[in-house]
Amino acid sequence: MKRVYVNEKWCLGCRLCEYNCAYANSGESSMIKALRKKAIRPNITVEEDGDINFAVSCRHCRDPICVKSCISGALSIKDGAVVVDHDKCVGCLTCVLVCPYGCIREGEGGAVQKCELCLNNSFGEPACVKGCPNRAIVFEER
Amino acid sequence: MKQYLIIGNGAAAVGAIEGIRSVDKNGEITVISRENHHVYARPLISYYLEGKTDLKHILYRPSDFYEKNSVNVLYGEEAVSVDPDGKTVALKSGKKLGYDSLCVAAGSAPFVPPTEGLGSVPSVHSFMTLDDAETLKSSLTPDSRVLIVGAGLIGLKCAEGILGLCKEITVCDLAPRVLSSILDSDCAAIMQTHLEKMGIKFLLGDTVEKFDGSTAHMKSGCKVGFDVLVMAVGVRANISLVKEIGGECGRGISVNEKMQTTLSDIYAAGDCTESFDITSGTRRVMAIMPLAYMQGHCAGVNMAGGTESIENALPMNSIGFAGLHCLTAGSYDGECYEERFEDGIKRLYVKDNLLNGFILIGKIDRAGIYTSLIRNRTPLDTVDFELLKKFPALAPFGRTYRSEKLGGEV
Ligand SMILES: Cc1cc2nc3c(=O)[nH]c(=O)nc-3n(C[C@H](O)[C@H](O)[C@H](O)COP(=O)(O)OP(=O)(O)OC[C@H]3O[C@@H](n4cnc5c(N)ncnc54)[C@H](O)[C@@H]3O)c2cc1C
Ligand code: SF4
Ligand code: SF4
Repeated sequence: MKRVYVNEKWCLGCRLCEYNCAYANSGESSMIKALRKKAIRPNITVEEDGDINFAVSCRHCRDPICVKSCISGALSIKDGAVVVDHDKCVGCLTCVLVCPYGCIREGEGGAVQKCELCLNNSFGEPACVKGCPNRAIVFEER
Repeated sequence: MKQYLIIGNGAAAVGAIEGIRSVDKNGEITVISRENHHVYARPLISYYLEGKTDLKHILYRPSDFYEKNSVNVLYGEEAVSVDPDGKTVALKSGKKLGYDSLCVAAGSAPFVPPTEGLGSVPSVHSFMTLDDAETLKSSLTPDSRVLIVGAGLIGLKCAEGILGLCKEITVCDLAPRVLSSILDSDCAAIMQTHLEKMGIKFLLGDTVEKFDGSTAHMKSGCKVGFDVLVMAVGVRANISLVKEIGGECGRGISVNEKMQTTLSDIYAAGDCTESFDITSGTRRVMAIMPLAYMQGHCAGVNMAGGTESIENALPMNSIGFAGLHCLTAGSYDGECYEERFEDGIKRLYVKDNLLNGFILIGKIDRAGIYTSLIRNRTPLDTVDFELLKKFPALAPFGRTYRSEKLGGEV
């Protein structure tokens, strides 16, 4: 299955992926409407280690501990991707307590949010990868 | 064809079903379910009363779950005894079922301490099942005064659930603080202040000496008038089916890392068991949903002839009330690192170069990174812990870890 992978030596730390993610998942028709004057809450986070940067998003683990731990059954695996049923999730944050990579977070409106590989929005493929100017994140089979 | 029998129909049973089916697609699976419901998410009963979920979304697995997994569920049936020699289980209805492999996933039952005059109270409730929630809901009016005995997880979740459905709620507990099984007094005080702001009243370090109809006479001498009483003092693991036939039990049914009891072909999983906690080094009952599912899955795989084991179990909890979340894990034993902020706290407990436990209130982002340090027993001198303790992140794990986790399949 195709996943998002990181080439940290290519990352410029520009954080474009964070903005593209927030836009892609906003449901808005333009980036300006989606992001203007708002604190963004993307599903990908750029971290820093000295002069190295890298972007972290859900690993879509093969045996995902978040899915096994979800108290409501809101998390499930759909064709290999770990997805949230926003109507089932009650925001208990048990999944936040168990994700080893810190890739699931409180969302707006009571449910959690995480990377769903843009399969659930109008982009259809990861917007973070598409917009990365330096191929520091890629969407491929490994 | 192998015959699998599961007693109970909660998260552990679902784990067992999914575990069995990951190995054996054809064996016959039968579930004995005392409750007359398709498997639902037990922790959601308070959210149901609050209107945050409904009877459709409360289902832990989709409505075609049993059909898709070819499971035969016997609703409204109760197992009363197990014959380990003849390999049969007797039901209350008189039926007898045979098995090749049995999983006891019977959960726990509310413990109601004998209290003088309890029989004179007109409206007494437990808060364990969907039916309990329905009955409680139907006994509440906007004028009801509710007394909840027990300020633990269940009592407080119940309080949150019914806050909008009644006039006032008083919670009492013998312990001097709320959530006493997972919080020390400083941390509990933060949660209590928040709960009080929500409108819940507390009588802590106090207990009901006797009931007299709709009045509770407290040990402290004060009297509490109420219309509806909820007893949420605690729960006890349902161990009797295994204990009666000589299976080893402590407070829960003893299981090993494969979820085997001490009796052959009998497994157990979930809230009815006790197992090894890596953070305290002791065997204990860890009654939480994630572990119930994982233990069930582990039992199921082994029942079907596969191999799975759980060697890194730890207690953990995520509980929140009206936006304030409290995430805890492990044991609070070791040197404590603390940060305090408005409406919150962070406490990490370090022992022998390992993270052994934590309490996070308020700021909880990326908490799972800490949990994974505990679970994986990561030596703290192999990461930049000075950085990590301030910010849970992957940078402090170094390049090798990152290229493995972010550059490959995990
Ligand atoms: C109000 C509430 C809130 C909670 N909140 C949380 C939370 O936020 N996070 C968390 O991790 N955990 C929470 N828990 C705990 C969680 O619900 C349990 O850990 C979990 O349900 C355990 O699953 P189980 O399958 O082991 O047992 P159960 O879900 O209890 O299922 C056992 C089933 O077996 C049936 N049974 C018992 N004996 C027999 C018999 N002899 N024959 C037939 N059937 C039988 C019972 O009726 C029951 O339906 C909460 C619990 C409650 C009550
Ligand atoms: S949210 Fe975390 S645990 Fe779940 S699949 Fe993604 S990386 Fe894995
Ligand atoms: S926050 Fe939502 S998705 Fe996460 S464990 Fe709780 S119910 Fe499941």
